[in-house]
Amino acid sequence: MLSKKEQRKEQIMQSALELFSVKGFYNTTIPDIANALKMSVGNMYNYFKSKDILAKEIIKYISIYLGHKLKEINELDISTEEKTRKIIEVYFETAMKKPEMIDYFLRIYLSTREVFKDGCEGMICVNEFVTEIMIYFEEGVKCGDLRDQDFFSAFGLFMGYLGGMVFLRGENILPKELDDYVDDISYNVYKALSV
Amino acid sequence: MRVLWLSSIACNGNTHSFLNYPYMEQFLNDFEFIYHPVIDSNYSLKEIVTETIACDILLIEGSISDEFKRADVPVVDIITKYAKIVKKIVTVGTCATFGGIFRESDYKDTTGLHFVKEVKIDKFKDLLNKTISLSGCPVHPEVLVNTLYAIKKSVDLQLDNFLRPKDYFAYTVHNGCTRNEYFEYKVDNHKFGELEGCMFYDHGCQAPFTHGSCNKILWNEVNSKTRAGLPCMGCTEPTFPKSNLFGTKKNMGIPQDLPLGVGKRTYLTLAGITKAFTIDRLEKKLFDD
Repeated sequence: MLSKKEQRKEQIMQSALELFSVKGFYNTTIPDIANALKMSVGNMYNYFKSKDILAKEIIKYISIYLGHKLKEINELDISTEEKTRKIIEVYFETAMKKPEMIDYFLRIYLSTREVFKDGCEGMICVNEFVTEIMIYFEEGVKCGDLRDQDFFSAFGLFMGYLGGMVFLRGENILPKELDDYVDDISYNVYKALSV
Repeated sequence: MRVLWLSSIACNGNTHSFLNYPYMEQFLNDFEFIYHPVIDSNYSLKEIVTETIACDILLIEGSISDEFKRADVPVVDIITKYAKIVKKIVTVGTCATFGGIFRESDYKDTTGLHFVKEVKIDKFKDLLNKTISLSGCPVHPEVLVNTLYAIKKSVDLQLDNFLRPKDYFAYTVHNGCTRNEYFEYKVDNHKFGELEGCMFYDHGCQAPFTHGSCNKILWNEVNSKTRAGLPCMGCTEPTFPKSNLFGTKKNMGIPQDLPLGVGKRTYLTLAGITKAFTIDRLEKKLFDD
């Protein structure tokens, strides 16, 4: 159970995410976020001391959210092929139900490095998510399903592909909804990564 | 105390190691070998196998097979005979303990005294409460000698699941390694023989998951493999020897064997954090060329 303060922090992050996705990161101010939640600006600062701190907490929040979902998949007693499909399903489902989350990752975290360079070095702020992807790869190789290769060549193929699809959706370019692509993309990813 | 050093299927590596014990004269004043393959002793091997010479400690070096004989007597019969009269049995080295490299020999069903790799065998199960295992390829001379003194002084040694004294085997070889800073920050820009870099990430070092005191009780009182710039090869472990000892087996970049007791998620989380930083001091040479 989250404490009352933690619950409130989560509400703030969720509200900030929604505002960022509509107004953009730089156009959204702390007073905007406070207004949306009918909070005083002073009270907001009790939860997050600055917008930069809020920005870093949000990326960690997203990483933990996705990391937990991937951990559940990693712990299932199913083949790597089935895991591959489930990871893609979870990622696309999140992109459809909570588009602001993946949007934040793709459009703010990856392209606003000056905000994240102190405190989010390397993959520190997306550790939970990346760790589960690593475990999915490692276990796939260990059981003989996936081909052993450099982590980043596999990671780039997997996440670049999924991120690209979600980006195209965000640009309203995709003719179909993301879940219509799950079959083909699961097939392609697994074919590319398997032995 | 009277000691019998019985060589079974062995390369005599433990004997060589033992001969480097720096206080041998004192040791030989306190212990008498009724037989040792290279140290002068009062009985010949023939007498040892045909008679039953009074003895307190039986040391077994080398792997054991029903087919293997010393002086035309099956080594298992010699063990059985002396096991009855001694106070303690010590398996000296990894071959005598787990079968070791001579598991690969042509002798049939080659084993350690009580184990084949991690698996306990029944053959000498009546001797389990008399046995102390000292694994290592070879065993460290101080570990052997100190254990013999402990027996002489009737010290109650705490043993692990493989009957190894915890005083020496409760630690990992990583404990005391001079390269720990490089390990902590994941710096493995090592070249064999050089002072810099941790060898766990790329060079096959098994120290973080190998039980032993190599970096606490130094070899020849001066050095250890990792200090000298060579990876720990896990020679005290039941799985010794593995193959490809100079490379870290990885799956998609993640080491297959992780530091003892460290879960995969814990390891990856810590690794992710340290990988995010570059520590200049650890990337450079310690001494200028």
